[in-house]
This record gives sequence, C-alpha cells and structure tokens, in this order.
Amino acid sequence: MLAQLALPIAQGGGPVIPTFQRGSDCVRENRQFCWDWFSSHWSSTFQPRLIEHIELTAIAVGIGFVIAFVAALVAYRWDWAVNPATAVFALVYTIPSLAFFQLMVPFTGLTRLSAEIALVSYTLLILFRNILTGLREVPADALEAAQAMGLTRRQTLWRVELPLAMPAIMAGIRIATVTIISLATVAAFIGVGGLGEPIFNAIQTGFKTQFIAAGVLAVLLALVTDAVLVVVQRLLTPWARAKVG
Amino acid sequence: MQSIIDAFQFIGDNLHFMLTKTLEHLALSGAAIAVSLVIAIPLGVTLGHLHKGSFLAINASNIGRALPSLAIISIGIGILGIGFINVMVAMVVLAVPPMLTNAYVAVDGVDPDAVEAARAVGMSPRQVLWKVEIPLALPLMFAGIRTGAVYVVATATLAAIAGGGGLGDVIVNQASYGTEGVIAGALMVTALAFLVEGLFAVIQRLLTPRALRHEEGPVELLAPVIEGT
Repeated sequence: MLAQLALPIAQGGGPVIPTFQRGSDCVRENRQFCWDWFSSHWSSTFQPRLIEHIELTAIAVGIGFVIAFVAALVAYRWDWAVNPATAVFALVYTIPSLAFFQLMVPFTGLTRLSAEIALVSYTLLILFRNILTGLREVPADALEAAQAMGLTRRQTLWRVELPLAMPAIMAGIRIATVTIISLATVAAFIGVGGLGEPIFNAIQTGFKTQFIAAGVLAVLLALVTDAVLVVVQRLLTPWARAKVG
Repeated sequence: MQSIIDAFQFIGDNLHFMLTKTLEHLALSGAAIAVSLVIAIPLGVTLGHLHKGSFLAINASNIGRALPSLAIISIGIGILGIGFINVMVAMVVLAVPPMLTNAYVAVDGVDPDAVEAARAVGMSPRQVLWKVEIPLALPLMFAGIRTGAVYVVATATLAAIAGGGGLGDVIVNQASYGTEGVIAGALMVTALAFLVEGLFAVIQRLLTPRALRHEEGPVELLAPVIEGT
C-alpha cells in the first residue's frame, strides 16, 4: 500500500520534492493506462522530451550526413579509400549503444555532446554505403552524355551524378533517421533527455502509464518520420515516381 | 588500448560470472529467435508460395525497421509487466518483420520457369514448395533470419534495463563493474552477435542442397546487420 501511495510522487520527471497531491484512482492503482495523468503531464513531461528527441535525432543525422557525404565523395573518386572507411564505420556501428554512450562519459561527461558523438557514429555506415552505392550505380550512358555535352567534373557531379543518386541517398537518410530515433531513446541512460527519459524513470517507479505513453510516443515519432521521409523522397525524385506510375 | 586489455582481464578474472551472463543472454535471445522463426517463416513462405499479401509482407520490414527497440520493450513492460517472457515478446515483435519480409520475397521471387518446369514434370503443389521453391529461396530467406537473429542478440542488451538479465546487466552497472566491465560486456555482446550470425550461416549451408551451394554468394555484409542495438 505504501509503495502505491508513493507512486504519484516519484514519477513525472519533475522535482522529487513530494507534493502530496492526490492522484486519481487510476494512478494510485497503477492501472493499464491513465489518460488523466497523461494529459496533465503532457506539457511538463512528454512534450519537452519529444522535442529533445527530435533535436537529438536531427543534429545526429545532419552532422552524420555531412561527414558521410564527404567520405563517400572521397571514396567515389579514390577507390582505395572505400575499404578503410567501411571498416572504421562498421566497427563503430557494432558497439552496443548502451556501452557506447557510457564509454563517452569519461571524455565528454554526461552531456549532449557524448550522446551526439555516439549517435553520429551510428549514422555513418548507413549513409556512407547508400551515398556511395547511389553514385556508383549512375548509368555509364548518363556520364558519357554529360561528358559529350562538355560538363566539367564538378558540373557532372552536381547536375548528373548526385540527382541520379538521390533515391539511394534518401533511402539512406530514411534508414539512418529511424535508427537514430531508436538509439536516441537509449541515450537517456546518460541523462540527455529525449523520450527514453520517461522510460528510464518508469523503470524506477513501475508506473505503467508512463511506460506505455513514452513507448507509444517514440514509436509514433519513428513511424511518422519514416512516412514524412517517404513523401520527401517522392517529391525530390519525381522521375522515379513517373516510372512507377 | 589499455582499457581493452583491462576488459579482457576483467573477463578472465570473472569468467564464471561472465559465462553465466552470456548464457542468460543466449537463453533470452534463443527463445525470442525460436518464437520469431515459428511465426515468421511459415507465414512468409505460405504468402510467397501463394503470391498473396505482398503489401503486408513487404511493409512489415519497413515498419519493423522503424520501431525503436527500447520503446517496444517499454510498451511490453507497460502491458505485461517486467520479466523474461515479456521482454521476449518485445524482441519477437522486433525480429519477426525482417524474417517475414525476406521469407516472402525469397519464395515469391523464385524463378517462375523453375516452378513451371517442376509442375510440368508432374510435381504436386506441395512438392513444388518443398523441392523447388524453398531450396531456391533459402539464401535470401536466411539473410532475413540472420538479420533478425543478430538484431535480437543486440537488443537483448537493452532487456537488462527491464530486468531481463543477460550481458546488458554488466553493461548498465558501470558503478559495480567499472569501465572495464562495460567494455567487457560490449565485447561479449558483439562477439555473440557475430557468433550467432556465423551459426546461421552454417545452418544455411547445411540446408542448401549441394547442387545449389556454388551459387551462394555473400548475400550481405556481416557487420551492417547489427542494427538498433
């Protein structure tokens, strides 16, 4: 009985100072899902975590894309760079995230920087492979035509190769983004916020509503983002859509 | 570099403990993989054989790939509570999609000429399935099984947070086991993932009829399948 009474105090991610508010019956009995609790904690607990989650993901995919893009261009131009780059990116990719986040802490502390270093690292292999594959699969005819039209190497890259590689590049961004949304929940383990935070808090309290609310929000974020990126991909590559239709 | 050496030292010093954790990890992963196989493979093969349900089968992996593993575990705890079975159910949700999609695509994509030839020589639909479609579909089917299996082994690390035990217990308890413990746990999980991947590669080879073995190329790279750890 005591533990149940303590529940509404400990959860919520707010101050730990007991407020002795009276929770609803649903909250006190820790029923499956308490809408009243969720709606009253949306603006204090869930909305800020959702925004943090989006920020963590956007920064990681953004920086990861710049690094992977440069690496892929280098590897596209100079073939010998492919294997070492792939090996390094694959190596960091295999580190379990729970360990990676913790291992950054001695160097950069319990900060967003630690989380972002790990998250960026996980994007590199996916983005690098997709950008490189996209560039390599540009038809030789298109390159020849570009050359015949007198385009310089730089012009060929920006006007022919990259647009034709766009479907593969977008597919990479899509996979990388949903992967990072997933991994960013784990980043809360080192206290950088995001939707993982209410999950880790719920593990301390056993409060079901919080488990389900945070989990469902993270799943929705991932699915909605995935769907939005599919639409963006279609808008960026109208010719691919014409072929299908 | 020193910390890697310390980690191996840690494994050596705590061999019994690390083996216990590894066995827990394997038990949890093994159960999840087995249940996933039982659900995904018959369903995928049947749909592929009938050439039906492509929307479901193909989108399963797109949606499955997007599902955040910790969020699924969290929802699982919220509904079922903390414990072995419940964490396992969450991992099954994550492992079924790639297995299902690959099984479907593999069987669905078997060369129609081969199927027609089999029918022409008088094979029953059942014989066509077992003697032609499944053997030809094995490499691609196993690519999905391997992806799902490695995903489970990696995600089982997160199960520790939810009281599922396994090597994740060592990784989350830096306070008790130190940095060397975290690295040791991470090394063991990675090694286990590669081991499971290799194990399924061997099973795939054993199941593939001898005449088809020479065709078997590397279906995909080894490392990239370790996703969403």
